[in-house]
Amino acid sequence: MILFALRRFIGFVVTLLVAAAVIFYLLNLLPGDPAQFVLGINATPDSLARLRAQMGLDLPSYQRFGSWLWGMLQGDFGTSYTQRAPVAKLIWDRIGVTLPLAVFAMIISVAVGLPLGIIAARRRGKATDTGIMVLAQMGVAVPNFWFGMMLTLLFAVTLRWLPPGGFTPWNDNPGLAFRGLILPSLALALPQASILARVMRTALVDVTGQDFIRTARAKGLTMGEAVWRHGVRNALLPVLTVLGLQFAFLVAGTIIVENVFYLPGLGRLIFTAISERDLILVQGATMILVVAVTATMLIVDIAYAIVDPRLRERGKP
Amino acid sequence: MKRILAHPSLAIGLAATLFFALLGLVSLFWTPYPIAQIEIGRRFLGPSAEHWLGTDNLGRDMFSLMMSGTLTSFVVAALAVAIGAGIGVPLGLAAAAWGGPVEWLVLRFTDFIFAFPALIVAILISTLIGPGSINAVVAIGVFNIPVFARVARGGALSIATLDFVAAGRLAGFGNAQIAYRHLLPNIMSLIIVQGTIQLSLGILSEAGLSYVGLGTQPPSTSLGLMLKDAQSLFLLHPFLTFVPGLCIVLIVIALNIAGDGLRDAIDARLRAQGSSNVVA
Repeated sequence: MILFALRRFIGFVVTLLVAAAVIFYLLNLLPGDPAQFVLGINATPDSLARLRAQMGLDLPSYQRFGSWLWGMLQGDFGTSYTQRAPVAKLIWDRIGVTLPLAVFAMIISVAVGLPLGIIAARRRGKATDTGIMVLAQMGVAVPNFWFGMMLTLLFAVTLRWLPPGGFTPWNDNPGLAFRGLILPSLALALPQASILARVMRTALVDVTGQDFIRTARAKGLTMGEAVWRHGVRNALLPVLTVLGLQFAFLVAGTIIVENVFYLPGLGRLIFTAISERDLILVQGATMILVVAVTATMLIVDIAYAIVDPRLRERGKP
Repeated sequence: MKRILAHPSLAIGLAATLFFALLGLVSLFWTPYPIAQIEIGRRFLGPSAEHWLGTDNLGRDMFSLMMSGTLTSFVVAALAVAIGAGIGVPLGLAAAAWGGPVEWLVLRFTDFIFAFPALIVAILISTLIGPGSINAVVAIGVFNIPVFARVARGGALSIATLDFVAAGRLAGFGNAQIAYRHLLPNIMSLIIVQGTIQLSLGILSEAGLSYVGLGTQPPSTSLGLMLKDAQSLFLLHPFLTFVPGLCIVLIVIALNIAGDGLRDAIDARLRAQGSSNVVA
């Protein structure tokens, strides 16, 4: 088990290294001189050269890559050209919005999707099943940001239960901060919950037909008990994989949905950075996103191996 | 044709998809009003005989925008599927046919690409060359590559052990010929089903990218861009978001139903190959 986890971890580190190289070299193909951008067109060659040296732009690219990488390991993501603040701090300030949003959405989608999937599987072929699957079919097709707009129209404009957008920092008023995230996380959770419900249903239907359920029935469990004790646990395997993959979409979705609700999250930071060509900020923020996605997949792989010991032998799910 | 009609969901999904695709294609030759025609005096009109779906904040005809936007969404998603399948399928086939280090490399490569959701690729390209439709095509296309590679490899592995492949080897075929002549034709149906799924995902992704300003740019339009335009006004004029939003939902549902139907229609063959898990 430890060997398996170690192998996966090495894979994780290598992926991140290659990703860092791709991000760094891709963005450094960009024509244009960041020093010129900071100082404007009237800068003297002298002051340009000084700033370039200060920013480390006169070094060969592999040295700059190395020091960027080394800095990140120590929590130093460099300094934003345009905002004149440490990138790590800028990102950290925004994660307080983006991470809770993604986590809330994940919790809602699991809390809604899995039970619906289980109910649909238990009532297979009946009206309940059809109803849930039709809902799921629609849920998958709805763009999360558009669903966010519709939620705003209903709950913020018509019913006036929740704020239509904006965000109160957690330190000022945690209650208001939470209220501000309710609609965005609902918007994000809908497609995810639909996908989870479908996967859960398929997996449980597959599992229900297998011998060990019959054995459990034979030893005297009711169908409900057998499915609950033996079926769900086994059906969770494919669900876990999907959950890991979904997190990548959730992270991306967060950035898009932030726009609907005017939330000051990572997305806003990145889009501003793009329009201002703040390379070091884009680099740092995309790297954080890649780390989030890759780390989730690592955790899922290891969780998978804990739930299903057979996989440790084969090494790869 | 008979086979299509035997599966109602396939027929319905396909018909609805074709309807929207045609609507988009017609916009190349004719729209009720030119999509770039700005007429402030006629803005925010509700649906009427003149403007079937009303007009937007610039007085542009919503129905015309919708037709043209649908075309953009379809074209972007279809090109992204072409990139994904064009690169992913050969990779997957190579992994299955050669095995060993080639397979290892392909699998690691697909793992790696999975770490880059389309949005991240779009962010990188936008920083590099600025936003645009091409940007969206590449970003979504890159994310499609590992999906097709995995499906192709999975499907190919399940038939690589069959007798006719062994016969091919005896006849002196190399790995490349085996892959092209025996494996590819037999996984075509899998690829087509996956293509439908990726097409619907691509339409959703295009909408998202254009909505945040990384995709299609004015003066051309897409369903996502229409939603971006409506964003600042939607509390006052919600109708502007209904048209493109519902349009996306209907197209995606149509494609998904068609995909499900397609899968059912060829499922008998899939099950015979023992590879129904590949599609899921």
